[in-house]
Amino acid sequence: MLLVGRGALPFPCCLLISLRDLGLQRHITYCRAAIHPLSGRAARRAPAGRNTTTAAAVAAPEQSKHQTKQNKGGQQAAKTAWEAIVGIECHIQLNTRTKAFCSCSNQFGGQPNAHVCPVCLAHPGALPVLNQETVHKGMLASLALNCSIAHTSKFDRKQYFYPDLPKGYQISQYDIPLGSSGSLELMFKDGTKRQVSIERAHLEEDAGKLVHGGSDQLSGSTHSLVDYNRAGVPLLEVVSGPDLRSGREAAAYAAELHRIMSLVGVIDVHAQDAVMRCDVNVSVRKKGEEQLRTRVEVKNMNSLSAIQKAVEYEMERQVELIESGRESEIVQETRLFDEDKGHTFSMRKKEGLADYRYFPEPDLPLLQIEENIISEVKDSLPEMPSAARQRLLQLKLPIADVLTLTDDMETATYLSAVLAAGAPPKQAANWVMGDLLGYCKEHKAHIGDLDLTPQLLAEMITLIESGTISGKIGKQILPDLIKGKVSPGSLEKWVKTEGLAQISDEATIAAMIDEVLASKPQELEQYRGGKTKLQGFFVGLVMKESQGRVNPAIMNKILMQRLQATKS
Amino acid sequence: MFQRRPLQLATRLLNAAQRHTRSAGVQSFITVDDDQVRRSAADIDERIRAGDGSSLGPLAGVVMGIKDTLCTQGLRTTAGSRMLENYTPPYDATSVGRLRKADMLLAGKCNCDAFAMGSTTEASDYHVTRNPWDQNRVPGGSSGGSAAAVAAGQCIATLGSDTGGSIRQPASFCGVVGIKPTYGRVSRYGLIAYASSLDCVGPLARCVEDAAAVLNVISGHDKADATSSTQDIPDFTQGLEPRESLQSRPLQGVRIGVVQQMMGEGVAEGVTAAVDRACRHLESLGAELLEVVVPSLELGTPAYYVLATSEASSNLARYDGIRYGLSSAGEKQELKALYRNTRGTGLNAEVKRRILMGTHALSAGFIDAYYKRAQQVRTLIRQGFHDALQQVDVLIGPAAPTPAFELGTVINDPLTMYKNDVLTVGLNLAGLPAVAVPCGFDDKTASNPLPVCVQIMGRAFDEARLIKVAHVFEQTADFAFGIPDSCSQNGRI
Repeated sequence: MLLVGRGALPFPCCLLISLRDLGLQRHITYCRAAIHPLSGRAARRAPAGRNTTTAAAVAAPEQSKHQTKQNKGGQQAAKTAWEAIVGIECHIQLNTRTKAFCSCSNQFGGQPNAHVCPVCLAHPGALPVLNQETVHKGMLASLALNCSIAHTSKFDRKQYFYPDLPKGYQISQYDIPLGSSGSLELMFKDGTKRQVSIERAHLEEDAGKLVHGGSDQLSGSTHSLVDYNRAGVPLLEVVSGPDLRSGREAAAYAAELHRIMSLVGVIDVHAQDAVMRCDVNVSVRKKGEEQLRTRVEVKNMNSLSAIQKAVEYEMERQVELIESGRESEIVQETRLFDEDKGHTFSMRKKEGLADYRYFPEPDLPLLQIEENIISEVKDSLPEMPSAARQRLLQLKLPIADVLTLTDDMETATYLSAVLAAGAPPKQAANWVMGDLLGYCKEHKAHIGDLDLTPQLLAEMITLIESGTISGKIGKQILPDLIKGKVSPGSLEKWVKTEGLAQISDEATIAAMIDEVLASKPQELEQYRGGKTKLQGFFVGLVMKESQGRVNPAIMNKILMQRLQATKS
Repeated sequence: MFQRRPLQLATRLLNAAQRHTRSAGVQSFITVDDDQVRRSAADIDERIRAGDGSSLGPLAGVVMGIKDTLCTQGLRTTAGSRMLENYTPPYDATSVGRLRKADMLLAGKCNCDAFAMGSTTEASDYHVTRNPWDQNRVPGGSSGGSAAAVAAGQCIATLGSDTGGSIRQPASFCGVVGIKPTYGRVSRYGLIAYASSLDCVGPLARCVEDAAAVLNVISGHDKADATSSTQDIPDFTQGLEPRESLQSRPLQGVRIGVVQQMMGEGVAEGVTAAVDRACRHLESLGAELLEVVVPSLELGTPAYYVLATSEASSNLARYDGIRYGLSSAGEKQELKALYRNTRGTGLNAEVKRRILMGTHALSAGFIDAYYKRAQQVRTLIRQGFHDALQQVDVLIGPAAPTPAFELGTVINDPLTMYKNDVLTVGLNLAGLPAVAVPCGFDDKTASNPLPVCVQIMGRAFDEARLIKVAHVFEQTADFAFGIPDSCSQNGRI
C-alpha cells in the first residue's frame, strides 16, 4: 500500500491498484506513446482526458499521408463507391473558475490532490451544489451551436465503479440535455459547405486521473495513485449527428467546434493543455445507399489529423472487410487509434449496452432557466465563424483567404476591426494574412495581443492607398508599428516627420532618374542595344537612391519615357 | 427551560451515559467524547461565572448525542458500519455545526443500524442498544441509540435521521418526543446519505419544547445543500405555554384527521387503544376529530423500499476502499478484489440486501417496472396527503404498529421488519413533517407496559402547528408519560 503525501493532504486519497484489473495491458505500449499515459482509461468511459486531444485549432489536413501508405485497392474503393458515416462525441472542459459542484479551483496542474474537498472526494454526507458559471458557459456553448436550451432540465447519475470516480457515479444529464437540436456549418477549400447537426449538448463532471507508480512506464508499474484535482471539473458533451462523410470532414468538424468554443470563451483560446476530447463513431456505406451498417467507436485521437487518419483507416478497413465478404467481422466495439502505426485496434467488444443505471440525481433540484436569461446569453454571442466566412466572401475575398482568416477567429475579429476602420478588404486581408500572421508565427504571439491596433493598421493601409507612403515603406515601418512606436491617429504626421512619405512629384522623380541614367552610361548603352531586361536594374537604382520612397507607378512611367527617348 | 449549570449537569448525564454504555446497560452510544464534553462544560461554566452568560448560545450546556450518521469534525463517525470504523470526518454536518455554534455539549455519537438501514438498531455493526423500558427489547431504529439515550436520561436531546420512520418509530418504542421535519427544512449536508430524496435530520427529546428548541437551531437554508429550503423559520418554541397557562379548551378550532388506514388491521391492539385514548383526550381539549382516509397510503411500503434502496445503491457506491474507510484488497492486490473484499467485509447483510434490491430496481429492463412505477406511486401518495390535509389541519395516527420488539425477533425476518414501517414511510414519500409524542402505554402486548407514540402529521413547513398541538397534548396528558424504572433515580432523571 502506498500513500501519497498523506500528511500534506487534507484528505488522504490514494491506493494500490493492480493494472491487471484496469483492462489496460493489451494497449500498454500504445498508451505509453500518448501524452496521457492512461488514455486507455479515458477510453473506457465518458469523462474526457485532459491531455488526450490537442487544443491547437489547425486547419484540417487535406489528405493524410497515412492513407497513401495503405492498400491502394481499398483506398480507391473508399474514394469512389463508398462513403463513411461519421458522428462525433466531444467532451469539452469548461474553463469555469471553480468545479461544477463544489468550490474547489478548476485549475489544471498543481500538486496532486491540491484542489479537493469533501464534495469532490465524495466524503460521506457531502453534497453537490451546481456552479452557476457552469450553466452559463454550457448555455453559451450550446447557443453558439444553435441548440435550443431546455427551460427545465435535470441531472442524472451515471453509475459505474472506477477508482478515479469518487462517488461511484458521474453526475451527468441523461434524457433532458441542456442543449439539443443544434447545428454547425463547415466550409471546405473548394467552397462547399456542410451542415452538421448537433443532437445534444449536456453538462457533466469529469473524473480524476490515475497516475502509475513503481516504474517510469505503465507496463512496469506496480501500483496506481489517484489524483482527484480533475474530479468534478465541468464538461460539456457535444454529440453530433451521423452527418460527416469522411475523415477530412470529421477533422474539420472538430476544428470548427474548437474554434467556436474558443470564440465564446468557454475554453481557453491558447490553453497549453488539451481541453477537448473527441470520440468518433464510424460506419461505411455505398454512396446512394440508405441503410446503415454496423458502426464502431474509435477513441484515443490526440490531434485533428489523428481524427482524420483514424476515420480514413477505419473506413478502409471496413470497406475491405465488406468487399472480401467478411462483413460479419465488423462488430459493434470500441477501438483505439494508434497514431504511430496509423491504425485502429479493438479495445473491447460491446456485449450489449453497458448498464449505467441512470436515475435522476436526488441531491440536485431541477435546472430551470427562464427565457429572458436564455435571450440574454444569446444576445451576448459574438459573430460565429460561418457568418464571418459568409461576410468575408461577400467582400470578394478568395475562399482560401477566408478560410485562413477565420481559422482562428481572433484573426477574423482583428480583420473586421481593420475593415471597420476604413481599410479596403483585399489589402487589409493581405496585410493581416501575410505580414501580421507571419510576425505572430515567428514571435509566437497572438494577433489580438499586438500593440498594433486594427485602427493603426487601417491608417497605414489608407496611407498606402492614397499614395502617401509606398507599400515598401509600409513593410519597412510595420515592425515599429507592431512595437507600438506610433499611436493611432498620428501615423500620417509621423511618416512625414520621419521623411518616409512617398515622392510623387514628377519633376523630382525625373531628376533622380536622369541622375541614375547619367551615372550608368554603360548599362544605358546595353539597354539601348536591346538588353531591355536592364529596366529592372534602373528601377532598383532609383528605389535605392530614394530609399524606396518614390511612387513606383510614376517612376516607371518616367523611366520608360526616358529609356524610350534614349533609344530613339 | 434549560438549567444553566452545565458542568454539574453534564457530569450527571455523562455518568448516566457511562453507566449505560458499558456492556450491561442500554449502550446508546458508539463513541463517547467525555473529555471534550467536560472541557466544553467547564468552559461554559467559566463564561457564566465571568458574567459572559449573555454571549452563550441558546443550547449552552445542553448535553446532546448525535446519531452516528451525522458527520462530526474530529470525532469518529461510523454510520454504525464497519466500513467507517476508523473514519473521522474532516468537517461537521451543517446541523451539527449549528448546534455547536449554539454551544451544545456534544456527548458522543449514538448507535444506529448501519447506514440507517434497519428498524431495531440490531443492524448496527457495533453492538445492540437496549430499550430502557425493557432491556430485552429493541429501542427501535434506525435512530435507536438517539431515542434510547434520551429515554435513559443520558442526553437532554439528540439528533436522529428519518428516512422511512427512523426518528418516529424509535421515539415510540422508547417513549420520547421525535420530530421529523419537512424535507428540506434541515440541511442534509453531512448526513451520511441513505436515500437522498427521503432523508431528514430531526431532534429527539424528552419533551416537545426541548425538541422544538433544537429544531430552531438546526433549521434553515444551507448553501451546501441544494435541496434545503429557503422557507422562513418561525420560532418553534413560541406560544408553547406551560400547563397552568393553558385555557380550558386550548385546541378549540383545530381539525384533526384520524387516518383510518393507520388504525385497523396490522396495528397492535394495545397501540390502537393508546391512540384512541389520545384522540379522546385531544377532543376534550377542544379539537374536532374527523375520520380521514389518505388515498394510496397503503402503497407506501413497496414504493418506499424500491425508491429508498435505489438511491441507497447509488449513495453507498462511494465506499470503495479507495479514499477513506475500510480498505482491503486481500491477497490479490488488484482492483476488483479490492472492491469485493472491502464491500464484502465492510457492509453488513442488511445493507447488502438493500444495495442489491436497489441495483436491481434501477437495472435495464426493470427500471420501468420498479423505480419509475414507484415514483408514480410516490406522486399519488403525495397527492393523497395533500387532499387529506385540505380537509383537516393535522393528521394523527400511531407512530409504529407495535410497541418495542423483543431482541432478535425481526432482525432475521426482513419482510416483517419492513412491514413495520407501514405507518411512517408514506410521510417521507410525501416529504411532510410529523411530531411523534408519547401518548401512553401498551399494557396488552407485554407483561410490563411499553410506551407508545402518536404521530401528528401536517402540511409542508407547518411544523409550528404540529409542535403546538403536541405540546398541548403533552402538557395535559399525564397518562401518556413516564420514566423507565431502570433509569429513574427517585422518580427523576
